[in-house]
Amino acid sequence: MLKTNTSPNALMMQVTLNGQPQRFDTTLNILQLLDYMTLQGKRIAVERNGEIVPRSQFGEQMLADGDRLEIVVAVGGG
Amino acid sequence: MDNLIIAGKTYSSRLLVGTGKYKDFAETRASIDASGAQIITVAIRRTNIGQNPGEPNLLDILPPSEYTLLPNTAGCYTVDDAVRTLRLARELLDGHSLVKLEVLGDPKTLFPNMVETLKAAEILVKEDFQVMVYTSDDPILARQLEEIGCVAVMPLASLIGSGMGILNPWNLQIIIDNAKVPVIVDAGVGTASDAAIAMELGCDGVLMNTAIAAAQKPVLMASAMRKAVEAGREAYLAGRMAKKFYSASPSSPVTGAISSSSKDRAA
Repeated sequence: MLKTNTSPNALMMQVTLNGQPQRFDTTLNILQLLDYMTLQGKRIAVERNGEIVPRSQFGEQMLADGDRLEIVVAVGGG
Repeated sequence: MDNLIIAGKTYSSRLLVGTGKYKDFAETRASIDASGAQIITVAIRRTNIGQNPGEPNLLDILPPSEYTLLPNTAGCYTVDDAVRTLRLARELLDGHSLVKLEVLGDPKTLFPNMVETLKAAEILVKEDFQVMVYTSDDPILARQLEEIGCVAVMPLASLIGSGMGILNPWNLQIIIDNAKVPVIVDAGVGTASDAAIAMELGCDGVLMNTAIAAAQKPVLMASAMRKAVEAGREAYLAGRMAKKFYSASPSSPVTGAISSSSKDRAA
């Protein structure tokens, strides 16, 4: 689903994104991940391995193999 | 002015509304505007991976600059899920710390799990959240939640989404009589009279979603609810007359009515 490079030598990395396993063969930070997901600039919040990732750190935090990420939005609810 | 004060902030409306179950965002916005609500609940959910990038966002329709958003933990069944959800909400809403905690215990009835609710409330209060807490209508649990430091206790009138109205006004009365924080009836209101009754009991506010969203005409029901909450509040402040099962006391003068008999009829 997400655009990734297909270089045969690339390191495979698997992260769990909103409960779904996703494979990447390129290193990327959270900002780049959001870009892939067309979520950049949207009102979202990110949790990585149970810890909140402040928006200011999106560009600094590199994803690592085995990461568990939750990306949430506000929706209608009571 | 007769205002609702929650965690030091003043609100002129005592009706709090949810934003779920509307047919589209236009209806959501129109209903909320008709309700006059200033505090509106939102849910926190995972983004759809690969969703349409142009899809409108709820926060574009209901901007935090215009409303006090109250993120909830609807759908959470554990302390951990509830606490994580609200930490994400605080990040999402730029540090906004007023939240609605609910920890559910059963998917069939959506009854709250009060043991987990108490634990989650303790953690959240320690993390400086201002916690408005959904609770069963048990006066002792309501008191304990207040002692933990919750800024409002929100007992159910009846089950979430049931529209069954106020099933146990006596318990609510005990909670209201004892609470030093605002008591807001949350869940179970079905129609305007239910909201008015809650306010007449002395509740500080009413929170509802389905009663408006599932009405045949949601915008009109939102307006009805606004009036019901205002009417109920005024009736509470006015102090109702004593109930008398049988003690005839006509509203018109008892003497001077024309009569074919020579004596005034005693009334």
